[in-house]
Amino acid sequence: MERNYRKLWWRNCLAIICFSVIPLLFVNFSLYLLFDRIYTEKVKETLLSSVENQKNTIDLFFNERIAQLYTVANTNTFEELTDESSLNKIFDVMHAKSTSYIDIGMIDNEGNHLAYVGPYYNLLKTVNYKNELWFRAVKTHGVYVSDIFMGYRHAPHLIIALMVKERNTSWILRVTINIENINDIVHKSWTGKLNDAFLVNRENMLQTLPRFGGDFLEHPTYHDFSSTAATKVERRVFRGTDTFYAAAPLDNTKWVLVIKESPDELLSPLQEGINWALFFTTLGLVIIATGAALFTNTLIDRIKKTDRENAAKSDMLLQASKMIALSKMAAGIAHEVNNPLASIAERAGWMKDLLADQDIAGNEIFAEFNESVDKIEQHVDRARKIIRNLLGFARRGEPATGIININNLLDETTGFLENEARQLNIRIEKRYADNIPVITSDLSQIQQVVLNLLNNAIDAIEHNGTVTVTTRYLEKTDEVEIDVADTGKGIAENELNKVFDPFFTTKEVGKGTGLGLSISYSIIEKLGGKIRVQSKVGEGTVFTILLPKQ
Amino acid sequence: MDTLRVMIVDDEDDFRETIVKRLNARKILAEGAASGVKALEVLETKDFDVIVLDVKMPDMDGIETLRHIKKLKPEIEVIMLTGHASVEFGLKGMQLGAFDYVMKPAPLNELLDTIGQAYNKKRGLIH
Repeated sequence: MERNYRKLWWRNCLAIICFSVIPLLFVNFSLYLLFDRIYTEKVKETLLSSVENQKNTIDLFFNERIAQLYTVANTNTFEELTDESSLNKIFDVMHAKSTSYIDIGMIDNEGNHLAYVGPYYNLLKTVNYKNELWFRAVKTHGVYVSDIFMGYRHAPHLIIALMVKERNTSWILRVTINIENINDIVHKSWTGKLNDAFLVNRENMLQTLPRFGGDFLEHPTYHDFSSTAATKVERRVFRGTDTFYAAAPLDNTKWVLVIKESPDELLSPLQEGINWALFFTTLGLVIIATGAALFTNTLIDRIKKTDRENAAKSDMLLQASKMIALSKMAAGIAHEVNNPLASIAERAGWMKDLLADQDIAGNEIFAEFNESVDKIEQHVDRARKIIRNLLGFARRGEPATGIININNLLDETTGFLENEARQLNIRIEKRYADNIPVITSDLSQIQQVVLNLLNNAIDAIEHNGTVTVTTRYLEKTDEVEIDVADTGKGIAENELNKVFDPFFTTKEVGKGTGLGLSISYSIIEKLGGKIRVQSKVGEGTVFTILLPKQ
Repeated sequence: MDTLRVMIVDDEDDFRETIVKRLNARKILAEGAASGVKALEVLETKDFDVIVLDVKMPDMDGIETLRHIKKLKPEIEVIMLTGHASVEFGLKGMQLGAFDYVMKPAPLNELLDTIGQAYNKKRGLIH
């Protein structure tokens, strides 16, 4: 039953690949996760420091404005500040080196505008701020920075108000801050192509304009970070994409600075790394697959070879056990047949004894009897010879070993057949090597084998041809080689491995027992040698015997 | 006294009976026994010069019969009768004291020759 080599090939190949690929993928994936984590941490760190810096800048801005206002409030008298022309001068100086102020106003305890310099003069001069949130807040805290609001001027603006206590009264100095300046600071955070930054107040209303959508006092389109209490960095999903947010609450106001980063931009080196890793993993997979295939090929070839060898060996074992079984059978048959033969011989002998007493000289019938009995004895004798040959096949006697000169033995053996060969016009050619050593073996058995081969050679040729006997000494294996070649009709390839089978013969019925070669085979094997055959139909056959020196 | 007495021990009836007849026709006092056991029974009451003993027999085989004969009447010469397959038995028999072995089917002349030789040996011993 033949092994399924295809299935074995695939199983082995896939097993190798799996055992190689799984660790490879595992390692690669683990490394990827590690790298991702490390890099993400780094990005978060950078983002954190960035938002901190921005927050500090904005805080500084406000601190400076408040400081400046404080300076103005405390270096000018109440009269100077409430006189509009002198307030104008003061405002010009403030305005000269800084675009941060839009207007300035002095407001009394009751919320009335005492003086105002700015673009909304007509609108605001008559306004009373008593009920305004900022008014009440500045009276409570002394300093107040507002959120962006629309106010009376119906435009988004932000104010800083400072309360000054003087003698038994207090007044408020108020400036409107140019929100463009704050916007500019925040816009400096806009790096790359996809990130955004903006300020929101506690109600999540925009205090600056973000890059992508949203107006003052609207809600930003992003997540709500307005309640951030401490600087932090978060990773969230915004509209299906992964996003980093950094949020920092300002010190001076109740605002939160939010920076939004797109990880694709930030992490593009990581992505590149992934691409390289994928490329090398794929390359690795290809190499593994190729290697697995080649290795499996080698493995399967070796298995095939071993299978073939095993099949050949078990064939030989089968052959050997066939021989043994056959020889046992032959021995049994021979013995069984011997008994009736013996009885027939004795009976015939008895008949002869009885006839001998009679006077048969003239009697025809007695003459016939006599002849018949003679013939019976002859045929019994023939049968005995056949049995003996058959039992030669089964014999397990001790071989008689002696020192043999092969060339001499061959001369002797070919001598037996020279007459017969000459009559059939067959030439026996001898090619002996000079360096053949003497060997220790059973002379009569080797002779029996050589005779068998020579007879077969002559039978194969029939008439007109040559039988060549060659001897050779093989130094490497310490063996003597005897070749018996004939120019006969040859043996077909499909019969070549059957020639040594018992009872196999190509001769007509009655002309051969088919036992000669199988006996020769078993003799040579028992002597420790080998016997082989090569043949080509129409050209001839060569039988080769190899005998060890011992 | 001088007539040769031979016992043929063989389980092949026809074979045995024919040889006995032929020996008798040649003025030899021949008798047959169909098995080893029978042969030993006969030996208790009769004497023989030569026993021709088949090796392969059912029940008691030739070798064992030989042992008994040699114990009982060691002066009797025994010739083993073997088929080709049992040559080793023949040799073993000779180790145990058989005179010779003859292979079946043997021409009567050959057998007579061997019997003669065995008889001579026996007579040589006695005389």
